[in-house]
Amino acid sequence: MTRPLLRIHGLCKSFGGIVATDHVDLDILPGIIHAVIGPNGAGKTTLIAQISGALKPDAGQIEFNGRDITSLSTPRRAQLGLARSFQVTSVFLPMTILENVMLAVQGTAGHSYRFWRPAHKDPEMLDEGMAYLQQAGLADRARHLAAEMSHGEQRQLEVAMALAMKPRLLLLDEPMAGMGLEESARMIRFLARLREQTTILLIEHDMDAVFTLADTLSVLVHGSVIATDTVQNIRANREVQHAYLGEEHA
Amino acid sequence: MMAWLPSSNSGRCYCLLLVLLAVAPWIFQWADQPFLLDLLSRGLILAIAATSLNLIMGFGGMVSLGHAAFIGIGAYCVGIPAYYDFYNGWFHLGLTIVVSASFALLAGAVSLRTKGVYFIMITLAFSQMIYFTFVSLEEYGGDDGLVIYLRSEFPDFLTMQGPVALYYWIFATLLLTLFLVHRLIHAHFGRVIVGAKHNEQRLQSLGFDTYRYRLVCYVISGVICGLAGMLLGNFTGFISPEMMSWIRSGELIFMVVMGGSGFLFGPLLGTGAFVFLEQYLPEFMKFLNPSWLEYWHLPFGLLLVLLVLFGKGGIHGMLSKLDSRTRQSGP
Repeated sequence: MTRPLLRIHGLCKSFGGIVATDHVDLDILPGIIHAVIGPNGAGKTTLIAQISGALKPDAGQIEFNGRDITSLSTPRRAQLGLARSFQVTSVFLPMTILENVMLAVQGTAGHSYRFWRPAHKDPEMLDEGMAYLQQAGLADRARHLAAEMSHGEQRQLEVAMALAMKPRLLLLDEPMAGMGLEESARMIRFLARLREQTTILLIEHDMDAVFTLADTLSVLVHGSVIATDTVQNIRANREVQHAYLGEEHA
Repeated sequence: MMAWLPSSNSGRCYCLLLVLLAVAPWIFQWADQPFLLDLLSRGLILAIAATSLNLIMGFGGMVSLGHAAFIGIGAYCVGIPAYYDFYNGWFHLGLTIVVSASFALLAGAVSLRTKGVYFIMITLAFSQMIYFTFVSLEEYGGDDGLVIYLRSEFPDFLTMQGPVALYYWIFATLLLTLFLVHRLIHAHFGRVIVGAKHNEQRLQSLGFDTYRYRLVCYVISGVICGLAGMLLGNFTGFISPEMMSWIRSGELIFMVVMGGSGFLFGPLLGTGAFVFLEQYLPEFMKFLNPSWLEYWHLPFGLLLVLLVLFGKGGIHGMLSKLDSRTRQSGP
């Protein structure tokens, strides 16, 4: 059996009296798209934040690529190949689209204690940045300011930036949030093409997207994982239907 | 695309400004106005300090209310050796760099662990610590300060003696500082500093240890400001702890904001306006009504408030707005 790329064991996190993560065990196998679904307030974003290092868990362990990363800082985890996109779009608005992606390329390309040569003329970073924009379908607007993009395009840039880190594992926090139908469809096509490039942990509300993209599904309710299985099996699972799907797909 | 660079028209204006500054001593000599050279020298020294503050505050979003401490450190790195009749300029220079870098490293390492108001408070605390340390050093004049009888000597190099020579030292340092900050901001390092101002969390998730980059930036800024202090000590010939009081730090912030925070030439413009107003507003008030002289701070403060309220981007912002407006209406 393949060794999981990410192994979460007994993860707990609470805020005051609210338990956001309740003894979560989760294995993410390499090379697949693993989706985590769950109703609002189930603790999905809290889970992502703990995996990426933005939040410290109260208890439990996170193992990435065979290494215990529980106590590592966010930048260290990113260096090891953990990339994250944010639920709330957080691209750098005063910079151009290309500058945004180039910054992401720069982040994992060794140190940045380079004080003299202009970064925007660095040929390697330029080429790489453009390649990722091409992939995201944003290349023709590379020199525009990120602030001038539509919401959907900003989401696309957000993913392109995470991708530019050449991650082993891509954490996507609701990439389709706030998108229209057409924009969602484009994002789904974009994500589907990433399957060969990296492993993806996808958190998403859009059920169509999840059922189209995901190989494996985990259902998170009140901070704990109540089921992890293939998409077909989850759809047939009564407990899941009761807890979550029933509410929307009744 | 690069909002902090002057657009071509204002770029030309800034070049002209620098040329004017380069020939200013001749103009003043011709007009027989030695006092103006004095005023300009002081202004340019403060502009160097304000530019160093702009590096961390304008570009990096680190608002320090303790930057004047570095001016004091630089000044005392000239004053204390001079007290022992030690005037070697290279020694003064080396001492200034080492001491201000060490202090920046210490103060930065602590304060950069915090953000926002806490950062402001801790930088303030560190500068007050330095301030009171020098107040209590009776040997070096304490509260009353210290007179520097001779300027730093750079044997077989360039002299600092005489107002014109010193002016060119100051002007050259300013040019170097502007050039250095310009390169720094556009280099890989600068991208991280500017990015961290806008969204630090995002930058960390891209793999940047923002704390360390900011600390390095803080140290660079502190050293530049220390050099400004070294020049100021040589210029005034008299130094006291008052140079590093928090009021001076506040004035530096004002100069940066007035000129245009986050723009390369902003601090130069802001310092110019600040020094000019400080000098001529009292005289103007006296001209209006002799008994108003003491109240010149009132319109001064009002002007500052108006500029911050309505001049978004400071003087630089207003100039570029004017620039784009004339270009739109032009052919």
